[in-house]
Amino acid sequence: MNSTAVSTGTEGKTWGGGNQPLKASYGKMMMWFFIVSDALTFSGFLAAYGFSRFKFIDYWPIADEVFTHVPFLHGQELPMIYVAFMTFVLIMSSVTMVLAVDAGHQMKKNKVIWYMFFTIIGGLIFVGSQAWEWATFIQGDYGAVQTKGGNILQFGEYKTIDGETVFKRVPVEEFAVAAHTDRSQHQSKNGLWFVSEGSLPAFSVEDVYHGLESNPNILVRTQSINEEGEKTILSREESLKQLKANGKRYVKGANLEVNEYGTPLFADFFFFITGFHGFHVFSGVVINIIIFFNVIIGTYERRKNYEMVEKVGLYWHFVDLVWVFVFTFFYLV
Amino acid sequence: MADHAHKLEIFRGLIKFKSNTQKIWGVLLLLSIVTAVEVVLGIYKPEILMTPSMTPFEGGLGATLLNIIFSAFIYTKTLNLIFIVLTIVKAYYITWDFMHMRDETKFLRRIVVWTAVFLICYLIFILLQEGGYIESVYTNGHVKRDF
Repeated sequence: MNSTAVSTGTEGKTWGGGNQPLKASYGKMMMWFFIVSDALTFSGFLAAYGFSRFKFIDYWPIADEVFTHVPFLHGQELPMIYVAFMTFVLIMSSVTMVLAVDAGHQMKKNKVIWYMFFTIIGGLIFVGSQAWEWATFIQGDYGAVQTKGGNILQFGEYKTIDGETVFKRVPVEEFAVAAHTDRSQHQSKNGLWFVSEGSLPAFSVEDVYHGLESNPNILVRTQSINEEGEKTILSREESLKQLKANGKRYVKGANLEVNEYGTPLFADFFFFITGFHGFHVFSGVVINIIIFFNVIIGTYERRKNYEMVEKVGLYWHFVDLVWVFVFTFFYLV
Repeated sequence: MADHAHKLEIFRGLIKFKSNTQKIWGVLLLLSIVTAVEVVLGIYKPEILMTPSMTPFEGGLGATLLNIIFSAFIYTKTLNLIFIVLTIVKAYYITWDFMHMRDETKFLRRIVVWTAVFLICYLIFILLQEGGYIESVYTNGHVKRDF
């Protein structure tokens, strides 16, 4: 102020400069505004997911039947457990972050270092879990047949477990037998050079049909949801008829074009929303690491102010906040 | 920053914490309990919560208005409604206590929260409304999609 040539007479008044609007520093307020805009992006995605789901309200896959895997517990159906674990890891890392911010307020450098370290570890566990979840989702486990109309036919049989009759899915690989086929994969060297073809499916629809014929207890399950909120299971005759008349190709796992769980949009939104969120977690971890090293070399100690930790903290909590909504709308509702 | 004052009450002063650290652990406990409730409900899906809690009103304009007012109870499964409410509870405590919204000035709070809430509600209304409309065209119109 001393270097200003003309005195305005406003020094020390509200508009005299040096004031912080809303008692928040510039950086913190801009972080809040960024968070608002990012929240709108995410709600755009989630609302679009809701749009597609309302559009196919009676055909949408049931998340509980898709996300049943837990690492190291192969072959057991444990819906929700792993996602709940991931949620807890993220909330926990939010807690260590807020503790780091608190320690920063008290200018306790070593505490900040340790809490930020735990936050980063939590973030890495979460991103790793998400990668595993993606891998499991892409690989698939039962396989299905896509119909000409783009719908999915799944297979299973009635089994009696503890005196209760339940419908259990059967992997296509267990009953279909790959027959010899003359159809070989198209390669550009012996066909049209500008056309390429991905690997052929493991089974043709005929293979699946023959397998279904020779296993009288296996039935087809369609996508449509009945009044009890369960997927419709066809009778034996209907199953055979449906597969024969409409089966187009065997599908295993998921990609952006087709998946074994149901409508292609389900997998598309899964990849898009959890992917975008995972990218946020990843960038959050990277920013956390940068700040972590800044804390170690004492940048904020010299600055006598740990506000940078608070600002990345805001971003990190926001990532947690988004996950809370993704968890609800993708896995619970 | 060292003199930064924190508000240490949650539940409108029902629970008062002695220090900020204690409040953080208290909020973690709350969030964990809410998540646990969600997971348990999600796994067991109690039969009684699997249907909407009200049936649509029949009749003229009054019934239509009542259907709009109570639409959350008429068209949404009770279980899903519980999930949504619990999610908003979690979001509130993450924003207010982890992101220190409780300690910011009233107008910073309003700028951030009101803007987001208004625009998100608008977005959700438009997209869900149209999704429902397209569904009704698929179901009632001459569009064959299940073959």
